[in-house]
Amino acid sequence: MSDEKKVQRRDFIFTASYALGAVGVGAAVWPLIDQMNPDRSVKALASTEVDISSLEPGKSITVLWRGKPVFIKRRTPEEIAEARDVSVENLPHPEKDEDRAKNPEWLVMLGICTHLGCVPLGDKGEYNGWFCPCHGSHYDTSGRIRKGPAPKNLEIPKYEFVNSNTIKIG
Amino acid sequence: MSNHNYVPSSKLGKWFNDRLPLLTLSAHLKEYPTPKNLNYWWTFGGILTFCLITQIITGVVLGMHYVAHADFAFDSVEHIMRDVNYGWLIRYVHANGASMFFLAVYIHIFRALYYGSYKSPREVIWIIGMIIYLLMMMTAFMGYVLPWGQMSFWGATVITNLFSAIPFFGEGITNWLWGGYAVDKPTLTRFFSLHYLLPFLILGLVILHIWALHVPGNNNPIGIELKKPSKDTVPFHPYIVIKDLFALLLFLIVFAFFVFYSPNILGHSDNYIEANPMVTPAHIVPEWYLLPFYAILRSVPDKLLGVVAMFASIFILVVLPWLDTSKIRSAIFRPIYKQLYWILVLDVIILGYMGAMPAEGTYLLIARAATAYYFIHFLIILPILGKKEKTLPVPPNITDPVLGGSSNPQMVKKKEKYI
Repeated sequence: MSDEKKVQRRDFIFTASYALGAVGVGAAVWPLIDQMNPDRSVKALASTEVDISSLEPGKSITVLWRGKPVFIKRRTPEEIAEARDVSVENLPHPEKDEDRAKNPEWLVMLGICTHLGCVPLGDKGEYNGWFCPCHGSHYDTSGRIRKGPAPKNLEIPKYEFVNSNTIKIG
Repeated sequence: MSNHNYVPSSKLGKWFNDRLPLLTLSAHLKEYPTPKNLNYWWTFGGILTFCLITQIITGVVLGMHYVAHADFAFDSVEHIMRDVNYGWLIRYVHANGASMFFLAVYIHIFRALYYGSYKSPREVIWIIGMIIYLLMMMTAFMGYVLPWGQMSFWGATVITNLFSAIPFFGEGITNWLWGGYAVDKPTLTRFFSLHYLLPFLILGLVILHIWALHVPGNNNPIGIELKKPSKDTVPFHPYIVIKDLFALLLFLIVFAFFVFYSPNILGHSDNYIEANPMVTPAHIVPEWYLLPFYAILRSVPDKLLGVVAMFASIFILVVLPWLDTSKIRSAIFRPIYKQLYWILVLDVIILGYMGAMPAEGTYLLIARAATAYYFIHFLIILPILGKKEKTLPVPPNITDPVLGGSSNPQMVKKKEKYI
């Protein structure tokens, strides 16, 4: 063996075999990993229509969308005023109420605490909004995080008013 | 290993052993030289093996009656409890067996911490043990999800959501774990599949754990290297076998007390309510054996850092052989470490208690202090202490101090004061 290491035909063959082997193993493993992702039947249930005609002001309902609870709250004028009368810059996750509720009377959001996924309780907490019993996050009447470990406001899903009585989520 | 030259006495045995040396292995296990001063804290290895086998047997039997489908799982567990012959017994043994398994593993781990069993040349035994411990936690967590009660569902939700703290990939990873957009039917079936698989991986690792143990041999209460075999050792069979069996008998009394007199005391009554994705129970707590880690998670106000701290608290144990710089193994000869050890035990118990309490007010403050101390103990105190501590003189072997007057380690220390 000489001191200087020369690249030889054999080195090339080794490297090429390892590389091809790695690609082959990767291609074989990927289906085994990807099978755990949401399947077609789960994805097919991507939208839900909800009848909201019987909901009184100040009341809220919880519906299931993609296995997750969604809060639909018909807010009272006081609650709307409370949500809008906040200096946005000082919030942990600054968002204007106008951006969260297209129609101020209707607040539609995922009922999943952004901390670790519990369902917050309505009309509770220090900001008259929602309170998560698991680890003590307080949300205001716009579903914004005000106090506690949750990093973000309650998420607003994609939704639209099909007509004045029906909301389509997803 | 002591028995490379073993020759079976029968002709058939010799014929077989030449082809597969199982008889050599069994002879090695019988005559394996064991320190003769091992105390009862050393019996938990055998107890843990018993626990694992019990969990596998009862688990396979439960799997014959359980239905891993979100619509039927809860009812099938009640079916096991009410209709299946002895179903109640088998399920209670399995459910309480998990708690007993963790009780034994915590004693086993804290024994290693006290007597420095993780130190050179036993680092690999320790690391395999830590991997086993991690797999145990995963297995127990997934097993707790299977009855599909409220605590099952929301425990699964909170724990899988830990991964959503990962930047950028968090949501993708949680959806991948769930097979959907929330904990749901696909989550239950895959948890059942993995809950069935992992115990067999643990069994394989236990074999490696014992194999790695048999290379250097057991540590012992005074933590010195022994000549093996010598007057300081006894053969594993019958001496240790009998001692292990006696300890197992005492352990089984505790086990049986839980199974027959308070089978639900370690569980949570909310798990007798079927899973409901619309309502979170007012107070979510994990099983008792995960509480210290849960307290660490909650004591950090930032979501990502909380998750990092929790995983770090386990990983720190893996690298412990390199954090503890002291050459002396046993706490008997480390007067300062001995006290700090008990403070650590207290600290972990406090963390466990705080994990069960609501995360607010004084509880939160105490949990934060205890979390901080946990990391200080391993990351700051141990590396420095190992270099500074004035240790007591270590006897050259087990037998001489005893023949010199006393088998009591306290006396051994006194004797050294004269020197």
